[in-house]
Amino acid sequence: MSTVIEPSAIEAPDIKSARPGVVKRLLRNPSVLIGAALLLLIALMGLCAPLLSKIDPADIDPSNRNKLPGYESTVRDDDGNKVQRVAVMGTDSLGRDIYTRVVWGARVSLSIGVAVAALSVATGLFIGLVAGYFRALDGVLMRIMDGLMAVPAILVAIALVSLSGASLMTVIIAVAIPEIPRVVRLVRAIVLSIREEPYVEAAISVGTPAPLLLWRHVLPNTIAPLIVQATFIAGAAILLEAALSFLGVGIPPEIPTWGNIMAEGRSVFQILPHNILYPAAFLTATVLAINMLGDGLRDTLDPRMAKRV
Amino acid sequence: MWGYLGRRILSTIPVVLIVAVLIFLMLRLTPGDPASVIAGDAATSADVAEIREKLGLSGSIVSQFFIWAGHALQGDFGESFFYKKTVASLIADRLEPTLALSVLTIILATAIAVPLGTIAAYRQGSWIDRGVMGLSVAGFSVPVFVIGYLLIFLFSLHLGWFPVQGYQRLANGFWGFLHHLILPALALAIVFIALLARMTRTSVLEVLNEDYVRTARAKGLPNLKVLVFHALRNAAVPIVTVIGISIAALLGGVVVTESVFNIPGLGRLTVDAVLARDYPTVQAVILLFSLTYVGINLVIDVIYTVLDPRIRY
Repeated sequence: MSTVIEPSAIEAPDIKSARPGVVKRLLRNPSVLIGAALLLLIALMGLCAPLLSKIDPADIDPSNRNKLPGYESTVRDDDGNKVQRVAVMGTDSLGRDIYTRVVWGARVSLSIGVAVAALSVATGLFIGLVAGYFRALDGVLMRIMDGLMAVPAILVAIALVSLSGASLMTVIIAVAIPEIPRVVRLVRAIVLSIREEPYVEAAISVGTPAPLLLWRHVLPNTIAPLIVQATFIAGAAILLEAALSFLGVGIPPEIPTWGNIMAEGRSVFQILPHNILYPAAFLTATVLAINMLGDGLRDTLDPRMAKRV
Repeated sequence: MWGYLGRRILSTIPVVLIVAVLIFLMLRLTPGDPASVIAGDAATSADVAEIREKLGLSGSIVSQFFIWAGHALQGDFGESFFYKKTVASLIADRLEPTLALSVLTIILATAIAVPLGTIAAYRQGSWIDRGVMGLSVAGFSVPVFVIGYLLIFLFSLHLGWFPVQGYQRLANGFWGFLHHLILPALALAIVFIALLARMTRTSVLEVLNEDYVRTARAKGLPNLKVLVFHALRNAAVPIVTVIGISIAALLGGVVVTESVFNIPGLGRLTVDAVLARDYPTVQAVILLFSLTYVGINLVIDVIYTVLDPRIRY
């Protein structure tokens, strides 16, 4: 009595359903969803700043200085008509509308986050690949990175900005430089482990030139961890820029950034805390959204790293 | 052990040297001549040349570095342009507040975060665990100056429990000293509580699955004893590492916190010196902060061998 199992009776396991695609897994992660949605909202706010407020963020109004949130004033517009104006978040000590400045500030903060992440990841990736692959340069490069890491990021940034003059570009470079060593270490560690893989040995043995080898076999392995790292760098950069502006060594004060609005409000904080509390809420929400997105990305894209942290 | 210690100390020399070169270059290679900045707008070219000579800025960049480093090795960082005192005495003056703030922050952070992380790991998946993890993500995201102002707003302006700003020296009474320092230390501690609680949780979770923890439970030890003496002790190495790593961030946070709470420490000195373009002070303070970082990492490495006898070098 033998039972023959028909081949058709065995169901082929559906490999796709066992491990859904990256996009699907990302969309299932609540941390990614909430973080991305919140971030999108803030980005939209920055993009639509001219629509959300008709007032110029740099508009000084000496007769309406230091007003509490909800203050109503009547101004004449260009046609001479009287218009009721409500300062939803109050005004600062130069009479500028805080709400308008907060909305415009989203642009600066988010651009700095993106620019710093791109700049430090690109530079760090290059140095990391070189250090990991060309052993002769490794020692020197990594000691320089160790040295750079030993100086607190905010001090490097303060020194660089104050020495080369405050501008958007200097702040971006000054904030990016202290982040580079972390990217270099990450990339170098990946390169060192990939070098030992059989497919890399095989590629070396058939005479693949080093640049091609790095491009084709090593670089793809760094993409997922670098996306995760870039997210966290963007969050850290936004915080650092706000701290620099807050200390008065960041972006020039006439440009509306969340840090600048808070710096402006420091002297009158005891009577008018809204100057600091409103931009602080937006700053915190933005960084929280980025960190949640980063956590979710890490869990989904880079499970090995998720275990370590 | 002593051989290891010797080698470990020697290995910090290149890092210290590179830090010194970086700091030196950062101030020298940026546009602008420090001598003319010091001399001011009304100075003649003879004045500028005299200042340049005095600062050792006339030679090549390499000889300039060795002059500066040689003086620095002897503890001579020159005279502050702005405060008209020697930089060394300026730093000595500002050391106490910064040291006190840092130490109190580390004590607060460890005392709050380690129990929180341990409980979260012990009750994994419970509302306590979720709460601790959620708060830790939030803790990373709030800038230290925002926390500082929130604390001032709540505890000083509304409740009136603590002074709004300022610092009282230890010599003028311990309670007043502590009273002024609690809010700044708490503000600065939040981000480390977040980091440390997370790390403690991960590290204790790993250890809780080990055989010796099961054995300890099986022989009937009370849970608290198992957690403290078996789990936490073995989870200590990663926790201590994180404390060490966070010192760098702590030194940075000190700069901001001292500005928020108006504490006359090294952080405030740095910001004021940078704004006044007081180069000798800026160089000395950044060098001091970096050496502290390198030194603390050295101590952490030595603590490893004490905490975990399996680590031998």
